[in-house]
Amino acid sequence: MADQAEIYTADHVLEYPYLRSVGPVVGAFLTGLRDGKVLGTKGTGGRVIVPPTEYDPETGEETAGMVEVGPEGTVTTWTWVARPRPKHPLPEPFAWVLVRFDGADTSFLHVLKASGPEAVASGMRVRPEFRTEGERVGHVKDISHFVAAGGAP
Amino acid sequence: MSRFPELTSGSRPVGVVSFAQYDNVRREGAHNEVEMLMPVVAEVFGSIGITKDDVGFICSGSTDYLVGGPFSFVTALDAVGVWPPRAESHVEMDGAWALYEAWVLLQEGEIDAALVYCFGRSSPGDLSEILALQLDPYYLAPLWPDPTSLAALQAQALIDSGKATEADFAAVASRSRRAALSNPKAQVAYDRTTEELLAEDYEVTPLRRHALPPLTDGAAAVVLAAGEKAYEWCERPAFITGIDHRIETHSIGARDLTVSPSTTLAGEKAGVGHKGVDVAELHAPYAHQELILAEALALDEGVSRNPSGGALAANPMMSAGLIRIGESAKAIWSGQAGRAVAHATSGPCLQQNLVCVLEGV
Repeated sequence: MADQAEIYTADHVLEYPYLRSVGPVVGAFLTGLRDGKVLGTKGTGGRVIVPPTEYDPETGEETAGMVEVGPEGTVTTWTWVARPRPKHPLPEPFAWVLVRFDGADTSFLHVLKASGPEAVASGMRVRPEFRTEGERVGHVKDISHFVAAGGAP
Repeated sequence: MSRFPELTSGSRPVGVVSFAQYDNVRREGAHNEVEMLMPVVAEVFGSIGITKDDVGFICSGSTDYLVGGPFSFVTALDAVGVWPPRAESHVEMDGAWALYEAWVLLQEGEIDAALVYCFGRSSPGDLSEILALQLDPYYLAPLWPDPTSLAALQAQALIDSGKATEADFAAVASRSRRAALSNPKAQVAYDRTTEELLAEDYEVTPLRRHALPPLTDGAAAVVLAAGEKAYEWCERPAFITGIDHRIETHSIGARDLTVSPSTTLAGEKAGVGHKGVDVAELHAPYAHQELILAEALALDEGVSRNPSGGALAANPMMSAGLIRIGESAKAIWSGQAGRAVAHATSGPCLQQNLVCVLEGV
């Protein structure tokens, strides 16, 4: 039903710059990242949830206490992005990975630097590369990216 | 005395009696949302010879994030014309959930008919960025994972589980796009073999272009009518015998992405397995998701899956779910199906799912 006539357009940019309190659990996790540590919380049956939430994502029960996990972990699934989008965390081709940190029972989404898709597989061992202490602010991007465990930083 | 089917959900028979959808296009630049909806609303009423005065309730599904303006659904009401004032409601969800709300109200018995409509234009903004905003604001959104990348994580998990291969994904796309050739509203339709599709490059591994939905501007509408009113407006109404919707955690890493327990539960509550199914219209934006949904609903090989081409043929946001219900109803009206299952999804990797069972008598 589109007309053939020229269509006039104008840029319209929206943003929502809120400042929100992250609360005791997300806050503890982000503070942990700032300190170069990965923290999880204990959910139903003692399973360790990373990234942590105030409730068990499966049962809805309240979670309790923070425990340190990792820093190494195992890739549970992945995808290779040959052409990153402008807002993706890395400008060069990379892999999205879900990482189950050692000691955790759920997985954490982040990016993995690798030479190519042939260097990535489910089950591979990885570790986070933190930004330098001065750069860390308590944000999920305090982890710059993951690399293969034992691989070059 | 009219005959009505046995109901699994609710106690009042409510039928889908009319359905219309906009031409699904990549970019509808010339018409705004109201202008897209006007012909759809006119058709959904006009094809059964009624007007807005014949429905007691109006419910719509859309999202302001696509429009880029607050309360855009209020403006959209101009497509119906709500003077004098009408009882209406809106969900920031696919129109399938708007239909659910209307169905609930019809169960209460105060009204006998409702209009449900929905619209979604993907073209004004960058859909991949807009959909990243629906994710966890602290753990996921700051990384800007796009919906195709998240779907690819699910597809890779499915391959790792041994349940499916890339060729299985291509087979779904080949069948769906071939079926779409006979759907005049399809945006993407072609006759290509699985082998041809497997020769495409990856968008993101393990998904090639064929496994992705098109970006679509579209809109759709349905009229629901209860009891005798359904027969007044439709020779063979598609009665909703079961309807239910369920959701999983927004923590994507806490889910087993190879299965869809929310679909299974909704399907059980809606009574999918009580009798045979002729047609299933599954809202699977990515090809591999059809395999997950078919397993979750325990559909056997005899079920015709997505004869319309499904969301791979056209995927208007906030509308592709209601269109699955509309396409299922069409199969009932024509007598092609006696019993159909329609499914709608929302969120990344099939996070939320609605199942609607339709039957003709």
